[in-house]
Amino acid sequence: MAFAAGVDVGSTQTKAVIVDEDGNIAGRSLLDTGANVLKAAESSYLLALEQGDIDEEEVEYIIGTGYGRYRVTFGNSQVTEISCHGRGAVHLFPNTRTVVDMGGQDTKAISVNAEGEITDFCMNDKCAAGTGRFLGAAAAALDISIDELGHISLRSEKPIKISTTCTVFAESEVLAWIGKGKKIEDILWGVHKSIASRSAGLMRRVGIKDEITFTGGVTRNVGMVRALEERLEKHLNISEDCHYVGALGAALFALDNVLTGRTPAGTSSEVTG
Amino acid sequence: MTTREHTEQLVGRGNREGAALFKEWFAELDATAKSGGLSAYVFVMGSLNEILKTFDLPVVFPEINSLQTAVRRVAHEYLEIAEDYGYSPDICAYVKADVGTQLRGGHHPMAQIPKPSITVLTNACNTYIKWAEIWERMYKTPMFTIDIPGTRQAGGQTWRGDPDFEADRRYVEVQLRELITLCEEVTGTKFDIDKFREVLTYANIMSRSWKRILELNQAKPSLFNALTDGTIYLGVANGLRGTEAGARYFERLVEEMEFKAANGIGQTIDEEYRLLFVGVPCYPIFRRFNELFTDWGGTFVNSTYLWFASGGSNRGFEYDLDDPLASLAEGVLISVRDAMDSMFHQNTVLAGMARDFDVDGIIYHPIKSCRTVSTGLADGRKHMTEELGLPSLFMESDMMDRRVVSEAQMKNRVDAFFEGLATRRRLAQVDTKG
Repeated sequence: MAFAAGVDVGSTQTKAVIVDEDGNIAGRSLLDTGANVLKAAESSYLLALEQGDIDEEEVEYIIGTGYGRYRVTFGNSQVTEISCHGRGAVHLFPNTRTVVDMGGQDTKAISVNAEGEITDFCMNDKCAAGTGRFLGAAAAALDISIDELGHISLRSEKPIKISTTCTVFAESEVLAWIGKGKKIEDILWGVHKSIASRSAGLMRRVGIKDEITFTGGVTRNVGMVRALEERLEKHLNISEDCHYVGALGAALFALDNVLTGRTPAGTSSEVTG
Repeated sequence: MTTREHTEQLVGRGNREGAALFKEWFAELDATAKSGGLSAYVFVMGSLNEILKTFDLPVVFPEINSLQTAVRRVAHEYLEIAEDYGYSPDICAYVKADVGTQLRGGHHPMAQIPKPSITVLTNACNTYIKWAEIWERMYKTPMFTIDIPGTRQAGGQTWRGDPDFEADRRYVEVQLRELITLCEEVTGTKFDIDKFREVLTYANIMSRSWKRILELNQAKPSLFNALTDGTIYLGVANGLRGTEAGARYFERLVEEMEFKAANGIGQTIDEEYRLLFVGVPCYPIFRRFNELFTDWGGTFVNSTYLWFASGGSNRGFEYDLDDPLASLAEGVLISVRDAMDSMFHQNTVLAGMARDFDVDGIIYHPIKSCRTVSTGLADGRKHMTEELGLPSLFMESDMMDRRVVSEAQMKNRVDAFFEGLATRRRLAQVDTKG
């Protein structure tokens, strides 16, 4: 049995996915990236092999993606996470035409065709406003776990309006509302709505076409899913694999090479980093 | 001479000679500063070199001085001086690097910059006016603002023979006459109409050549990189406009480009994708920025920068020496108006460029420093993509301030853009075969 792998080295977390010849996920892993990017890439790959009970020799092609893609030095080539999220999303939900990927440091809106190929994309600029980092800052200000954020926010009855999406100012804004005696759930729902509004703006810039698939680490946040669906007035495709879509897309590009010998669109065949 | 010898002699000559002329220009400024001689501060959009050179006034382009600090990776030192003095991080970094230069007593990596004896500007950029007021306050020297009537609506330009155009031209001419009087006062020299005609002759050669060079780059492969090589040519086009050296340089540049076109000699990389550039270059990582594209075989074949930063001389307007002042007024009106149109009404011309240069995509580079040149680019991009189906990339940074230049984020976007272009090309090939 031949396998192909994708390793997505993100700013916050590193994901690895191994697929079999039919494109099914055979192994996966998730680790915090930390300061040693190369180690994170290697560890997550080895963990995915272990999780899938796959021998390293069975993996015929590896693609690195994410900000640390050039540090996947054991890989064969690199593809941007933008292309990978498009490919992975269409693999999970074949009718996907718009992808919104919300990660730790950036949010991307991606327009794709039926083959999962990118027709347009748009990202937040250098600041992390409206990304997962903003949620993290709010969680820190409220001293609650990031995993609880979404659930707590859904209890809101009187959401407040958060006027900033600046991650630096998030903490002071949240604390100011606490000082005014507002409930945590109302503040948090306001935070989620604020991010949803900014993300919807990005999506409008590439054009919002059905179906929409939500990818990235923030998909685990039920509050964010609800806030974005309400803002867009549309259903979002979500699955438990959505956190791994970048790595999955990379693994599928790698599988192309295994099955057809085709190198992914325009990428270098050698690791240069 | 053999073709090989010709190639060795001609190819790259424009870059070599441009760099040498640039050094000579700054050496002249250095000597002027040290001797306490007169100089004129001007801007790229409407420098009025034609009048200033007639009075033998060395010209200082503070925009060029500022971008040179970024290219030489010392801009942050100058920006910090200006910000410590009280200038906001949010305003134009060209202004702040210049303020830093002035506060350092004119000390600049390329030369000692002379103080202004006169400042000449147009309304092509709203910041020009507030910028010149800084020097007016610092040095108590006169500033002269020429108000150029802009295009009222897209496609609404009027031309010779139209009453509105004639009124606009006369309005500019009256201002030019006032400028001449001021120059006479500043220099103590009478205006010499014969010398003026000579200066206009050199400017005509340069404009004609510049237009030709830009057209020649439609060749496949393209002959020069509009972002890197083009910026060298642009420096000469601005600093040496109206001089014999500038005119000869451009004639020789035409010779180089015609030779390259005739012999199919392109840029130093294999051209896979032909691109247009919209905005101002990213000078803090000037070479690296370009490499983000050339690494994928992307070449810049034209840009709006070569258009507006040459003050509209890309149009190739040539002055009528029989009626020189009226003709200068007409040329300034048309050229500066065109430079402004490159910012506010660019879509039609960009569509023409995309067709004539057979481009694969457009790169939009809005900059934090300049709302004038950046506002509207997002809408422009949307229009070009929707109307022409032309792939485009939008990447924001700055032309000076490396604090807002994130190379990793840029690379991510550029790589994804080219992945999309490669996919698009592959699908088109499949369609053709199918």
